[in-house]
Amino acid sequence: MMDRIRAEFPILNQTVHGKPLVYLDNAATTQKPNAVIQTLKTYYERDNSNIHRGVHQLSERATRAFEAARGKVRAFLNAAADREVIFTRGTTESINLVAQSFARPRLKAGDEILITGMEHHSNIVPWQMVCEQTGAKLRVARLTDDGRVDLADFRAKLGSRTRLAAFTQVSNALGTVNPVGEMIALSRAAGAATLIDGAQAVAHAKVDVRAMDCDFYAFSSHKIYGPTGVGVLYGRERLLEAMPPYQGGGDMILSVTFEKTTYAELPHKFEAGTPNIAGVIGLGAALDFVSGIGLDAIARHESALLKNATARLAAIPGLKILGPSLGQADAHEPKAAVISFTLEGIHPHDIGTIVDREGVAIRTGHHCAQPVMERFGVPATARASFAIYNSTSDIDRLAAAILITQEVFRG
Amino acid sequence: MASGMDSGAADGLRDLYQSVIIDHSKRPRNFKSLAAATHTGVGHNPLCGDRVTLYLTVENGRVKDVAFEGSGCAISTASASLMTEFLKSKTLGEVEALFQKFHDLITSPPDAPAPDVPELGKLQVLAGVREFAARVKCASLPWHTLRAAIQGGEVTAKTE
Repeated sequence: MMDRIRAEFPILNQTVHGKPLVYLDNAATTQKPNAVIQTLKTYYERDNSNIHRGVHQLSERATRAFEAARGKVRAFLNAAADREVIFTRGTTESINLVAQSFARPRLKAGDEILITGMEHHSNIVPWQMVCEQTGAKLRVARLTDDGRVDLADFRAKLGSRTRLAAFTQVSNALGTVNPVGEMIALSRAAGAATLIDGAQAVAHAKVDVRAMDCDFYAFSSHKIYGPTGVGVLYGRERLLEAMPPYQGGGDMILSVTFEKTTYAELPHKFEAGTPNIAGVIGLGAALDFVSGIGLDAIARHESALLKNATARLAAIPGLKILGPSLGQADAHEPKAAVISFTLEGIHPHDIGTIVDREGVAIRTGHHCAQPVMERFGVPATARASFAIYNSTSDIDRLAAAILITQEVFRG
Repeated sequence: MASGMDSGAADGLRDLYQSVIIDHSKRPRNFKSLAAATHTGVGHNPLCGDRVTLYLTVENGRVKDVAFEGSGCAISTASASLMTEFLKSKTLGEVEALFQKFHDLITSPPDAPAPDVPELGKLQVLAGVREFAARVKCASLPWHTLRAAIQGGEVTAKTE
């Protein structure tokens, strides 16, 4: 099955610096299958038109395909209604929308927003901005030494002033899978609304926003084999209804006069301007692709890769893996297929440059999670992250490239 | 398909990580603070987290002593170490001219042979970064920090 899936990704069939490409930077962005690429091509060749406006044939087709994609997202997240699915530019915009339209009008000086120490900058900075605007206070739940949220600290920092708890489902820098169900229940019990950053989660395990019982859920298309420039915000209808629009413009209004403008119904109230129509339709194709393989099968495949890669890399002298270790007896799966590591005496950027010359693409740096780096006392890490098209031979190539890196530095 | 680049790729890597560079990255020279420094500069590359603090003692327009501290990749550490060795006893005018020459060298086109710049002496080993666009800023960070130190006070150096 693996060969068949891999063959669906034309970009993987190339050499880099003379070596067959091994792409292990999937936490940054995933590659796109033929189904997505063809959908974009067909859309522009046949259906391209603006949506929700024209009465002509092309506009009707484009509108139908765009709204069909919304239905696919609803089903994918198990949301209650299409109205609860807002298309944005990405996870970052989804979070900013909640920060400005939900949090900002509600928060007063002294109120609190609770996040965790493992958040991506996009789940930190929007809240800092709201805190500056409202006088609210940002609180941060600590991380344990093995890179998990310290739940006792999370619980202790949830108080009567906590209006919102925002946290990631899966850490991009460490791979930690958070017990979001438990964290949401704790937050709700404390009277706080919840936003889950699902950017690193959606491509790797089933998400059910109703079972989770979160208020908001954000993710990006490009991390689940879809086009860049498209994101999703799921929001509970009752909350979205009560929120003011995020941006003003076309497509988000019922009527406009210079005296008074009436806003459109959900979800259009939050979708001002012409959206990334092709991208949204492409996301629909990506979700079909993922559903066709099945998230259970994807999770099994990636879990096997993670175990294999962890064993291989941990055996390399001087290599240290950050984050939770595998095989810990726990109620929930502790880790996604992300390995953040350091090599003794070699800076991650030098690792990245040398393994790239071996045809292996990994991420090096702070992964837009500087507080995580600080927590573990490193300026940066090297990160290998896996997807459905990766194989054990990719892990062999990574391990070999790391050994070459060490050889270069033996000098 | 970019096949047939194999040996070129390996050569590029050897050009970048020459033994002089590995040596200076592992055993940086003048890696300390200078209590008597007349000039200090702080360089920071927010993209990769590299940090360098540069200390200069200038007397009568001439570099009497120079040292650095910080943390960074092999390229930025070696570049800082080689730079500090090279600058001692140079006048500030000469330092500025070297900055320009060094900058020109590491940003010269990667598809042509590296220009020969004898005035840069041993610093020429860093010419290998030309082939690695993402790493040019690593080699130049100490130099931008040097300039920031000379031009006044503690500032965060910009990089390419």
